[in-house]
Amino acid sequence: MGEKNKLLDYYRTMLLIRFFEEKVEDLFRRGAIKGTSHPATGQEACAVGACAALGKKDYVTSTHRGHGHMIARGGDPSKIMAELFGKESGYSRGRGGSQLMADFQLGFLGSNGITGGGLPLATGVALSAKLRHTRRVVACFFGDGASNQGTFHESLNMASLWKLPVIYICENNLYAMSTNIKNSMAVKNVAERAAAYAMEGVRVDGNDVLAVHDAVHMARVKAKKGDGPSLIECATYRLSGHSRGDPRKYRTAAEEKEWEAKEPIKHLRKLLLKKKYMTGKESTAIRKEARQIIAEAVKFSKRSKFPDESTLTEGLFA
Amino acid sequence: MREITYTEALREGLREEMELDASVFLLGEDIAGYGGAFGVTRGLIDKFGAERVINTPISEGSFVGAAVGASLVGSRPVVELMFMDFIALASDQLVNHAAKLHYVFGDQAKCPLVVRAVGGAGRCYGPTHSQSLEAWFVHTPGIKVVAPSTPADAKGLLKTAIRDNNPVLFMEHKLLYNERGPVPRIADPIPLGKARVVAKGEDLTIVAYSAMAMESEKAVIELHEHGLSAELIDLRSLCPMDIDSIVESVKKTGRLMVVEEGHRTAGVGAEVACRVFEEAYDYLDAPIRRVASVDVPISASPPLEQALLPSCEKIVTAALELIGTD
Repeated sequence: MGEKNKLLDYYRTMLLIRFFEEKVEDLFRRGAIKGTSHPATGQEACAVGACAALGKKDYVTSTHRGHGHMIARGGDPSKIMAELFGKESGYSRGRGGSQLMADFQLGFLGSNGITGGGLPLATGVALSAKLRHTRRVVACFFGDGASNQGTFHESLNMASLWKLPVIYICENNLYAMSTNIKNSMAVKNVAERAAAYAMEGVRVDGNDVLAVHDAVHMARVKAKKGDGPSLIECATYRLSGHSRGDPRKYRTAAEEKEWEAKEPIKHLRKLLLKKKYMTGKESTAIRKEARQIIAEAVKFSKRSKFPDESTLTEGLFA
Repeated sequence: MREITYTEALREGLREEMELDASVFLLGEDIAGYGGAFGVTRGLIDKFGAERVINTPISEGSFVGAAVGASLVGSRPVVELMFMDFIALASDQLVNHAAKLHYVFGDQAKCPLVVRAVGGAGRCYGPTHSQSLEAWFVHTPGIKVVAPSTPADAKGLLKTAIRDNNPVLFMEHKLLYNERGPVPRIADPIPLGKARVVAKGEDLTIVAYSAMAMESEKAVIELHEHGLSAELIDLRSLCPMDIDSIVESVKKTGRLMVVEEGHRTAGVGAEVACRVFEEAYDYLDAPIRRVASVDVPISASPPLEQALLPSCEKIVTAALELIGTD
């Protein structure tokens, strides 16, 4: 794929994630769906840039803020939306909700409701990939908050010790729910933590889809060569609250404004226009098309059935 | 039949399954050159190499989690937890991940994983190296729990656990490691969820597992000297649990006693008692009796540890009281 098509593809996928998350917030506000959800609004470049750098056979593990990762990996927005609706046609047949979906065909091994819970899993997937001589690489998403969990430190240590093919991708959005990293991390940047595990740690602009892509690409080349894991910190910001119903009182309007100016889709749109890869009219058409896909996803979800109560005890064991 | 120890039986089970299936590998602290704190994996590194017998850092939360991850993509890891007490460090990965992934993600996700955990007291190791925490996991839907009491069961059940496509907590009791018993050279896997009737009897049903099955066996012999015939059922696996065999026995004897080394409150015995109460109430001639560990942390001091633990003597006393309650 040429650069133009690649960038247009990123743009489409990032819009798809943005509109998906905005629609989900809207559906919650209107009481159309229950439970909770953690929107990735503003963090689209991390998901899209990273997934674009992966191979078809690679693995991805995700977080509680996982809709974007799944869409970026090629997941079906309708099945993700239906899961949020608690419907039988959802990725987990309504059993997992927003935080627990997987599509093993895509190598997407699951979003995860426990902060830091996915790090050991990803490390083990990489261990198995190595033992089975598959040359597959694992991309492990997590947030700044998870980097304070013991599992982060234990996993990075083991992965470095065993030279595992895993890329730890931290989306640092500055806040673990309401707690700023200044009040939760003894170091300034997550990437610095790699040094403790004799691992390369890089910090990139997480709102620049190309910067994320390039960093993940390099890490993947290294992992495939057998040179072990990398830690990539993507500096980003969620434009929405932590989860639904978060009034964001812990952030200043000035800070939000500053990050809104840096938000990734605007950034990419400018680039596409500047490079003349897209006209304003084409941009509008792409946006319309993305909204259409989301509208279809909602329609599909509303049309779908709830799981039958008789299925409750099915499939506890394999 | 030749007799070997519980440790040797476990090692044989591991070796055979590793020979049969290249996707089986071992993960744990000091399991390679050292052979594990209790020697179960001794020598396996020489046969299978460092790729399949992997020493880990002291990171229970993450190496158990790594085993869960590996199991999702085609490996069959067998993890050793040097002491069952350390499962507290790994419980997130077992409770929130391994136990739920198949139910939530469906057939695409399977966790064929065995966690071998060394449980039990009796060695004066104190509050954090002596516990029997299996009840926590019996309470968690989605994880199987196995607790063999004999060398033959240790081997046969371990082979089954490794072949199972689900997470299995495999509890080994540290007092059983040196126990000898007959083990067939070619041992068939033993199905999970099938209890073993250790002794036939008429007056009383005793249900036990792990080291307490051995202790109860001694008690059955003593009870014979008192002219009482007790039926002893070794549960072997706690999930799935063979309630049918217990109910069938209680229908015959009319009396039930459950012996476990875990703490009394909300323990395995409570579950067995309640299930029998629900399913065989009309057949009970006496209140159900539990013999279990006292609800306090396990002391290191020998007399305090013994005071806390169930024993042959306590089982006999409780059985005699139970028979006297008609």
